[in-house]
Amino acid sequence: MVTLSSYLILGGLLFALSVLGIFLNRRNVIILLMAIELMLLAVNLNFLAFAHYLGDLAGQVFVFFILTVAAAESAIGLAILVVLFRNKRTVDVEELDQLRG
Amino acid sequence: MISLPPLAYADLQPLLPELFLLAMAGIILLLDTALSPANRYVSYLLTLATLAGCTWLTLPHLGAAPATALYGMFIEDPLAAVSKLVLYIAVAATLTYARDYLKERNLYRGEFFVLALFALLGMMVMISAYHFLMLYLGLELMSLSLYALVALQRDSAAASEAAMKYFVLGAIASGMLLYGMSMIYGVTGTLYLGQMRSVLQMGAFPSLPLVFGLVFLVAGMAFKLGVVPFHMWVPDVYEGAPTAVTLFLGSAPKLAALVFVLRVLVWGLEPLFIDWQQMLIVLAILSMAIGNITAIAQTNLKRMLAYSTIAHMGFMLLGVLAADRVGYGAALFYAIAYLIMSLAAFGMILLLSRAGFESDRLEDFKGLNARSPWLAFLMLLTMFSMAGIPPTVGFYAKLAVLEAVVNQGYVWIAVAAVMFSLIGAFYYLRVVKLMYFDAPEQSSEISAGADVRLVLSVNGLALLLLGILPAPLMNLCLYALKASL
Amino acid sequence: MPITYLIVPFAPLIGALATGLFGWAMGRRLSHWVATGSVAVSLVASWLVFQDVLAGHTYNANLYTWMHVGGVEFAVGFLIDPLSALMMLVVSFVSLMVHIYTIGYMADDAGYKRFFSYISLFTFSMLMLVMSNNFLQLFFGWEAVGLLSYLLIGFWYTRPTAIYANLKAFLVNRVGDFGFILGIAMVLAYFGSLDYATVFQRAPMYTQVTVSLFPGHPWSLLTVVCLLLFVGAMGKSAQMPLHVWLPDSMEGPTPISALIHAATMVTAGIFMVARMSPLFELSDTALAAVMAVGGLTALLMGLLGIVQNDIKRVVAYSTLSQLGYMTAALGASAYSVAIFHLMTHAFFKALLFLAAGSVIIALHHEQDIRKMGGLYKYMPITWITFLIGSLALIGTPFFSGFYSKDSILEAVHASNLGVAQWVYPMLEAGVFVTAFYSFRLYFLVFHGRERFHDLLHGQMPQESPWVVTIPLLALAAPSLAIGYMTIGPLLYGSYFGNSIYVADTHPALADMAQHFQGAVAMALHAPVTPVFWLAAAGVALAWWLYLVRTDLPEKISRRLSWLYAVLVAKYGFDEFNDWFFARGARLLAGGLWRRGDVTVIDNWLVNGAARAVGAASRLLRHFQTGYIYHYALAMLVGAFALVTLFTRLAG
Repeated sequence: MVTLSSYLILGGLLFALSVLGIFLNRRNVIILLMAIELMLLAVNLNFLAFAHYLGDLAGQVFVFFILTVAAAESAIGLAILVVLFRNKRTVDVEELDQLRG
Repeated sequence: MISLPPLAYADLQPLLPELFLLAMAGIILLLDTALSPANRYVSYLLTLATLAGCTWLTLPHLGAAPATALYGMFIEDPLAAVSKLVLYIAVAATLTYARDYLKERNLYRGEFFVLALFALLGMMVMISAYHFLMLYLGLELMSLSLYALVALQRDSAAASEAAMKYFVLGAIASGMLLYGMSMIYGVTGTLYLGQMRSVLQMGAFPSLPLVFGLVFLVAGMAFKLGVVPFHMWVPDVYEGAPTAVTLFLGSAPKLAALVFVLRVLVWGLEPLFIDWQQMLIVLAILSMAIGNITAIAQTNLKRMLAYSTIAHMGFMLLGVLAADRVGYGAALFYAIAYLIMSLAAFGMILLLSRAGFESDRLEDFKGLNARSPWLAFLMLLTMFSMAGIPPTVGFYAKLAVLEAVVNQGYVWIAVAAVMFSLIGAFYYLRVVKLMYFDAPEQSSEISAGADVRLVLSVNGLALLLLGILPAPLMNLCLYALKASL
Repeated sequence: MPITYLIVPFAPLIGALATGLFGWAMGRRLSHWVATGSVAVSLVASWLVFQDVLAGHTYNANLYTWMHVGGVEFAVGFLIDPLSALMMLVVSFVSLMVHIYTIGYMADDAGYKRFFSYISLFTFSMLMLVMSNNFLQLFFGWEAVGLLSYLLIGFWYTRPTAIYANLKAFLVNRVGDFGFILGIAMVLAYFGSLDYATVFQRAPMYTQVTVSLFPGHPWSLLTVVCLLLFVGAMGKSAQMPLHVWLPDSMEGPTPISALIHAATMVTAGIFMVARMSPLFELSDTALAAVMAVGGLTALLMGLLGIVQNDIKRVVAYSTLSQLGYMTAALGASAYSVAIFHLMTHAFFKALLFLAAGSVIIALHHEQDIRKMGGLYKYMPITWITFLIGSLALIGTPFFSGFYSKDSILEAVHASNLGVAQWVYPMLEAGVFVTAFYSFRLYFLVFHGRERFHDLLHGQMPQESPWVVTIPLLALAAPSLAIGYMTIGPLLYGSYFGNSIYVADTHPALADMAQHFQGAVAMALHAPVTPVFWLAAAGVALAWWLYLVRTDLPEKISRRLSWLYAVLVAKYGFDEFNDWFFARGARLLAGGLWRRGDVTVIDNWLVNGAARAVGAASRLLRHFQTGYIYHYALAMLVGAFALVTLFTRLAG
């Protein structure tokens, strides 16, 4: 029997992994987008686990909405990425430091 | 199986402003593709008409009892009505200020209006949300529109960099917020704010998941407000975005974010106030300190105002952390006052900018008094109000918030807040000094339409008028909270 | 009725804003119509309110709560009772006359619209002061009229004398206001409210309370409060030694002298003390001080009027002296008499100023009375009205001034305070002095040899246009008759009702009421009183010295050169202030500036703090690196710091 806390720990690990991905990765912006997806998936796992153990459908429905919004979010993210690439000719995270101070 | 009652028309009544806005946004999007650039004013006027229509639809809710829709996920109460009405005015003013600026930069396209309307729709949903899902959807609708708006100037490296930063950090914040929501959901077993409140009132819960949930929720919301340490995006995005977008970004969403915070923390999690009060104290003090101190070293006015926003949001949180209705009312008053101030400040930058000239450096304001005494006076009022100097509304807003905090016994917070706003007064007054005592560097004519000047004048004088006669607005804020809670 | 109450002050405010903000678009004609019209509306509304009050309706309510701080409510509210209704009527009437007069007097001035904006704003402020039902609004009006007075004295801001005069008025009034605000602060601290009614109701409970300003010297709280408030009144109503600004304020345009520095603003102090009668009645010490100050001012300032040669300054010293009379009446607990004299004085003094202004216009802005004379032939209306004003001022029976001034003398005579026996002779002597300087002025200006021919290059002086003469005539009527008509109800009737409180221990006015036989009898009785003959002697002496033996004044001044020098030097108040306060303050400030400011405050505290903040600012900037991963790190560190902190706290 897999317990609720196992799911929560897995969710937490996935979340931490995605966070690490965001600030350890210093090269490619696309990896940032992937890490963000991973973060949302970690949250989804949490919701599903809770929904299952609470016997409540609402959590599962929430996951569908998160998935949908995540798709829209990716679309916007990639669009911004294209604009960025056209302006800078690079998708290197370390090059994004014109605005600072 | 859960069986839901069928949707009736009456059930949609509270949603009417949102539905109308959605329909109009779609119509403008379609219509605009058929318009030649010379006829773009049609979209502009339609957008203003949409806002007027929304006002008409929202006004009846101002005095009505709270009404819910969509099976209780959506609530239209006086708080929502007041906030929405202020948002309509703010967005209309934004569009007016932005018009010439956008035209000169070839950004005067239908997308701007449609994205602005969608962002507004998102804010309205956030404001009226009575369920975690609604909160999330509203927030995302607003955020996604804002990301796109920041990137609207496709040939600007700074704008696209700002958009990328905003997007990535915003997505992380959403992730945190969702993580927090999932934890709270797990503990309380419900996504409805009202049920959450009654469940939490009943008693003891495992503290670890609750603290996790609360911290991540607060973190996600703090990002939207731009509160330290979740503030790093604010200066970069404010500076990089086209000023018209900065104006949009820096005004209306702040009020929406405050109501979002109130919905979550007060409507949903008020039984936990001892915990979130402590968190907000940390965030507020840090924001006021870092915002005010870092602003001093800035040379770009947009960036300076960004840090000033951070400080102001910290100040506004003082009202929330007082955790009583007077405090919430004071915070709402502060948010509205701040909205008016930031509209005036960014509006002034927009008015002074021309094609190829952004007018966003501090030096660009040198000797403004010699070029236009009236505009300099309006800017003076704005800066005084931001610094909290009487008799402007900024003073009264600060006073109300401080009083709420002191009433809760947190005198030391009030003392710290006053000290930091003293530091803050320095950089606001520096702008005044530049305008009145330095020789102008720019000598060109200030070209702006009569309507823009009129709206800006009304906007600036409102700061003075509301400072002298704050009671009606204050009473409205207090009424909104008392009638809604 | 509240709508009418609102119209009274706010119509002039709208007029002021319209002419001030949009004067550039409105042009001169429209500007003066808007400003004058708004005050006319205010006068009509005041009249309606007055009628309403006569019908027995009073009103006391807060209209708008400005803010709530620390349990104290700061409100805007109106107290409409017989006292304020009378003041509203006087203020709006004189103001309307001055507005009309200004159209003629300022016709050629470049700051025409600015001037209208100021005087309408002044009217608003004065009405707010008068109608207030609480100390805060009183203070607002008090400061606002002070500010407008400052702006208007310096209206011709290119003249150095005007700038000096308005600075002086401002500084001297600050001294008074300092006392005033201390008084208000003590009221708030001890009575816990700023609302008149509440304070007056609580005051009797504090008669035994004392405060120790200096250790070991307990003072009655009410005495301290009243004296502090009276210091404010001394500044605004120009009582010695805070009188020095009023003569210099004549640098302002003449309509201002009439409106602000004779009829309305300077009487604010008198009004305030009358309004505070429930407080002052509880302190005999304060009343005695009030009476003494009033008596001294009445006599000594009158004497100075004798040696002045500037037409406006003579009238200004006369104003000071008359304010002294009012103050003395307040000290005698005859508040209604003080207000009665305030009203009659407002009419005849405004009349005298405006008539003086008419003379000044005719002589192309010459103000030296030695260059006038014989004008009665050329300016009949000005001549007659000026004569009426002067007769009223010296207290000729049946004229308005007679009733009010004689009542003051009687009240002081009947007062049971010890100081009254000293003050009464001063006031009696003052009657002689008043008659003398008034008719000296009158004879020098309107009679005798025509000395103006050099000024006008052979032209003859012209009577002023109708916008000038109409206000003169309109003011002459009440100067003649208002005393006769109103003495009965105001002093001995029930007009003031509860708005003025006189304790049973101060029976002066009640005694007088028993002897009062009606206005006609009072006037017919005059020739058997010494006061009448004192005034007549003053007139006769003036006639003899300035029309018959015109060589004598010169000789007398030479014979009594020390006295003459003292009077010309105005008892040396200005010199003393310059030497002691101004120079002393400069020396002290210089020393403090060098030692304290430059080294300690500027160098260490101010610049030191600024340097520290600047350094912190530059340091914090470096955290804003521009890299996304640093920003994300900050967010996560923040979130985890909060989690750690609160899991610790939670358990």
